[in-house]
Amino acid sequence: MRELWRRWALDYGIYVVLGLLSLVLWQMSPYFLTASNLLNIGAQISMIAVVAIGMTLVILMAEIDLSVGSVAALAGAITAGLLHVTPPDGLAAGVWMVVAIGVGLSVGTLAGLINGLFTVWGGIPSFIVTLGTLSIGRGLVLLFTGGRPIFDLGQDFAQISWGKVGSVPVPIVIMLSLYVLAWLFLRSTQMGRYVYAVGTNKRAVELAGVNVRKLKIAVFSLAGTFSALAGIMLTSRLDSAQPTAASGWELSVIAAVVLGGASLYGGRGSVAKTLVGAFILQIISNGLNLLNVQAYWQQIAKGSIILIALLIERILRGRR
Amino acid sequence: MTKQHPLIELRDVGKRFGGVVALEEMNLEIYPGEVVGLVGDNGAGKSTLIKILAGAHPHDSGEIIFEGKRVASLNPSSAKVLGVETVYQDLALVDTLDVPGNIFLGRELIRFGVGALRVLDKPSMDERSQQLLDRLEVRLPHPESEVGMLSGGQRQSVAISRALFTNPKLVILDEPTSALAVREVEHVLALVRQLREQHIAVLFISHVLQEVFAVTDRIVVLRKGRKVTDLVTTETSLDTVVGFMVGQLDGDSHA
Repeated sequence: MRELWRRWALDYGIYVVLGLLSLVLWQMSPYFLTASNLLNIGAQISMIAVVAIGMTLVILMAEIDLSVGSVAALAGAITAGLLHVTPPDGLAAGVWMVVAIGVGLSVGTLAGLINGLFTVWGGIPSFIVTLGTLSIGRGLVLLFTGGRPIFDLGQDFAQISWGKVGSVPVPIVIMLSLYVLAWLFLRSTQMGRYVYAVGTNKRAVELAGVNVRKLKIAVFSLAGTFSALAGIMLTSRLDSAQPTAASGWELSVIAAVVLGGASLYGGRGSVAKTLVGAFILQIISNGLNLLNVQAYWQQIAKGSIILIALLIERILRGRR
Repeated sequence: MTKQHPLIELRDVGKRFGGVVALEEMNLEIYPGEVVGLVGDNGAGKSTLIKILAGAHPHDSGEIIFEGKRVASLNPSSAKVLGVETVYQDLALVDTLDVPGNIFLGRELIRFGVGALRVLDKPSMDERSQQLLDRLEVRLPHPESEVGMLSGGQRQSVAISRALFTNPKLVILDEPTSALAVREVEHVLALVRQLREQHIAVLFISHVLQEVFAVTDRIVVLRKGRKVTDLVTTETSLDTVVGFMVGQLDGDSHA
């Protein structure tokens, strides 16, 4: 009976926490549970949540990616820079924008590829590799922008963050579609299954004849692409590429993933819960704002909540 | 015991690691459907012999003959193609996957799709692994649960079932009972008997001689890299086997 309860708490506890937090906030402010506020929260978390998809995959394989913020900023800056270049003759502005976004995304893929190659072929722990690319990426952003923001990116580009499909903001549409795809990928595909299996027992997967190195490189590349997409969304939202954009994203993203129950030792976690984790972090911020808690204290409160949540999870896992 | 041709035959097989002789003048025959116990003290050469048969180490000298044909050299995949499957001591299971997931690891059935987007055919995998478990008379209360939640004996059954999926001719079990509770050992021994009935040869490695006596047809004793004797299980005794293992008895091998 206790065992059943424990497993139930591990599997569904996070949804209960989400429910309770929502109730508390709704008590504090009836405004909290209105459609417009929920859509607002959704749009606020969309970028962190998109990065968190890639991070979940990486963490499931018992790796880590600290370079997400730098990669996001770099992709955003390069896209913004290209938007300021006059399109080559005969190319419509709309097409040029797609090219600029494509280049930005490819920069992210390339950065992820480099992370993967150094980790897998270089045999360097991903924690160190991505700490290195975090620094390199930020340096490149500063070089590329000359330390100054790139402004005025145009109405069309702004639609990525401010446009709506019906009454739903585009960032939420992007986020939710990617989450559905990632969920299907992990649940139903062979490669998705290997992502979990590698994090649980890498050697067993290798003995079964699976090319684990290729798999890891592919997942790092995908994570880089997600970071780039989020960076482009942020650039659109701010209508500018800031040299310090997305600094510290790695912490918020990792917090969302581990709050969602993923194990940093690999093999455990789900994208659905990662999304809930991101949502919880944001509504904590919301709630603390409603309570007029000073911003400095908010940082402390958030960190404490994460530590307590993980401690509870650790206790629930108990013997394992 | 049978008058058939041997499934696998080793003739004067030897293996050195640098200056250390790990195995020498090894002569061994295993017949289809025969359960052969391999015993010996630590360092007697059991692991080396297993690894040669599994294709993990190439042999330096002598010949390996499989179903009457000389095999030039074995590697892990050619050994599998010939029909030799090995269940290693440390199992190599993925704890977060269910039973069918482990049985089909690396050879998942695909419903459709290519490359990174091959969609798993879970119902077929569930069904076929259940058929396999039924054939082996392995009963698992919840095949849909993660194997990390199963007992040691159940995990061992899954590991053995996984090895049997390809219909091998010889299964090497490296200390399959070493981590098990007494009650669960019987479970694994029953599975070994089941394999014999299905005419699958088994090379059974164990430190526990009672188990070896309970389940084998023949017992091969290794000592210091050599085969010291090859006994019919029903015609020998525990004391005799121990005597050979520690070197008090020193018989000619009468293979």
